[in-house]
Amino acid sequence: MKRSLIALSAGLLIAGLAIAAPGALDGVQKQPLNVSAIAMFMVFVIATLGITKWAAGRTKSTADFYTAGGGITGFQNGLAIAGDYMSAATLLGLTSLVYAKGFDGFIYTVSFFIGWPIILFLMAERLRNLGKFTFADIASYRLDQSRIRTFAAFGSLTVVCFYLIVQMVGAGQLIQLLFGLEYNMAVVCVGILMMVYVTFGGMVATTWVQIIKACLLLGGGTALMLLAFSQFGFSFENLFGQAVAAHKAGIKIMAPGSLMADPVSAVSLSFALLFGTAGLPHIMMRFFTVPNAKEARKSVFYATGFIGFFFLVVIILGISAIVIVGQNPAFFEGGQVGGKLIGGGNMPVMHLAKSVGGDIFLGFLSAVAFATILAVVSGLALAGASAIAHDLYARVIKKGEATSAQEMKVTKIASVGIGLTAIALGILFKDQNIAFLVALTFGVAASVNFPVLILSMYWKGLTTRGALWGGVAGLVSAVGLVILSPAVWVKVLGNAQAVFPYDHPAIISMTLAFVVTWLGSVTDKSARAAKEAEAFEEQYIRAQTGLGAAGAHAH
Amino acid sequence: MSQQNIQAKIRSNPKFAELVGKRTRFAIILSLVVLVPYYSFMMVTAFNPGLLAKPLAEGSVMTWGWPLAALMVVGGWLLTGVYISRANGEFDDLNQQILKEAQK
Repeated sequence: MKRSLIALSAGLLIAGLAIAAPGALDGVQKQPLNVSAIAMFMVFVIATLGITKWAAGRTKSTADFYTAGGGITGFQNGLAIAGDYMSAATLLGLTSLVYAKGFDGFIYTVSFFIGWPIILFLMAERLRNLGKFTFADIASYRLDQSRIRTFAAFGSLTVVCFYLIVQMVGAGQLIQLLFGLEYNMAVVCVGILMMVYVTFGGMVATTWVQIIKACLLLGGGTALMLLAFSQFGFSFENLFGQAVAAHKAGIKIMAPGSLMADPVSAVSLSFALLFGTAGLPHIMMRFFTVPNAKEARKSVFYATGFIGFFFLVVIILGISAIVIVGQNPAFFEGGQVGGKLIGGGNMPVMHLAKSVGGDIFLGFLSAVAFATILAVVSGLALAGASAIAHDLYARVIKKGEATSAQEMKVTKIASVGIGLTAIALGILFKDQNIAFLVALTFGVAASVNFPVLILSMYWKGLTTRGALWGGVAGLVSAVGLVILSPAVWVKVLGNAQAVFPYDHPAIISMTLAFVVTWLGSVTDKSARAAKEAEAFEEQYIRAQTGLGAAGAHAH
Repeated sequence: MSQQNIQAKIRSNPKFAELVGKRTRFAIILSLVVLVPYYSFMMVTAFNPGLLAKPLAEGSVMTWGWPLAALMVVGGWLLTGVYISRANGEFDDLNQQILKEAQK
């Protein structure tokens, strides 16, 4: 199978090259074909396909497929979580935000980070002790199996779908930009590689793709940071002094600016990022890949360290780019310093790589960006496939009567289905303004997945009725408010004034979800509600002690 | 021994109450140590941004905001270390004792 996989991907890339050559002239954004980047990326693809082949041999049961048999160590899982969480948007988007806005970019970065310690303190060990394959396992632990599980599965799939569109469109644009490949070709390549990793290699392959990508991203980012920072003699005073002199906003980049000027908007953003992170199904799924709560805690410790370190690296990269990229006419269209950056606003870190490390380093970083996208979409596809096969098929439709072989078959069909859907959505949303999808992803994760998850673990009084009411309230309000927000109402639909003034709905939708869940639960006097409250005892003991928790599977 | 029996034993073991109480308190305190400075920081950026714009030293371009933001990242990570050192040591030992005593 290995040979055919390699031949397949090589064929895809060659086909891409053939299409890219004539197309390179028409798009303004399109860059010349980047041979060194493609060569380095091919090395990554061949290595990861080799791992997929090895992983396929080890993926026999559903437990292997969903959670790598629970046999991943805390350190490996920490790297994989970092690889799952840090998307191409982290490298490109956060550096460009710092490049454009200075300190405001740092505030945004801190908000992306701060959820991790909280996930460790309040969730990690309970997730590991209660869950088996998906977060719906926990939400439906003592509540109605079919209704709550169906609802949680749809919550997962909604988040996976929105986030996949963001990643696929980003992939298409980025690869077009960095590799000089056609947009549609890039989307198809990403979709097919993702299907191959997930369908054949399951969680084992996905984990290793994420680990390798995390190492590449951390290594590449750190090397670039050292090269750039050395130009300032490793002096912060020197670096920041020159950045203030070079930036058109001058000393203002050193202080909070417009991003956080509105406190309600700032808090809503922080809710979405903080609690949304704790409601991302592909991230939560990673907690089930370690053998016990001890390793689950360790994985968050390592992941938090890697993510925090990388975010600090990103800040230095953004500031360095203000001086090194922002004053070099070679990186601006028409050589106009301060005009439009070649390739668009997300390119500062790539130009920085070219400036301090030459074409080879640029090629390397481009390949890392592509690998990053692949790792994130693979995690998403796996989370989606498990929601379909484990939650909807095996538990709800078959009521737990499906054989392991049947369930495996459905997971594979689901993985391929998700891959094809992702390709179709990626092409459909080409050239669309998709900024709102990020708000939707985190808004739904924070308002639908997070409340039911945290309440089912912490609150004895939660009932099926409350969870359903609250979930629907969270979903409807999150989606509705995003539609009424500036990002959709004004920028997509072309109205003059937004009905809801904030881009992130979480402050309203998440609060509403909690209130409605509470209301629906306390007014629920049914016999079922009483039984559910009674079942909390057993769940509580298991959550605290790990008694009866699924252990690692021996190989 | 039945599962229910084991659970009842765990529940009645005073060590269980001790474990849960200690660990819950510890987790809540650490969460507050992360969240209170973070939201205070966010409120300062919204209501009194000038405070973070003050230079670190006379004549320096570096302002207070940067090292404070970096401290939240580094401090947040160090706190995860503090939590796991106690949870994976003291709390897990206690947990093992509870599970062992329940099997008897």
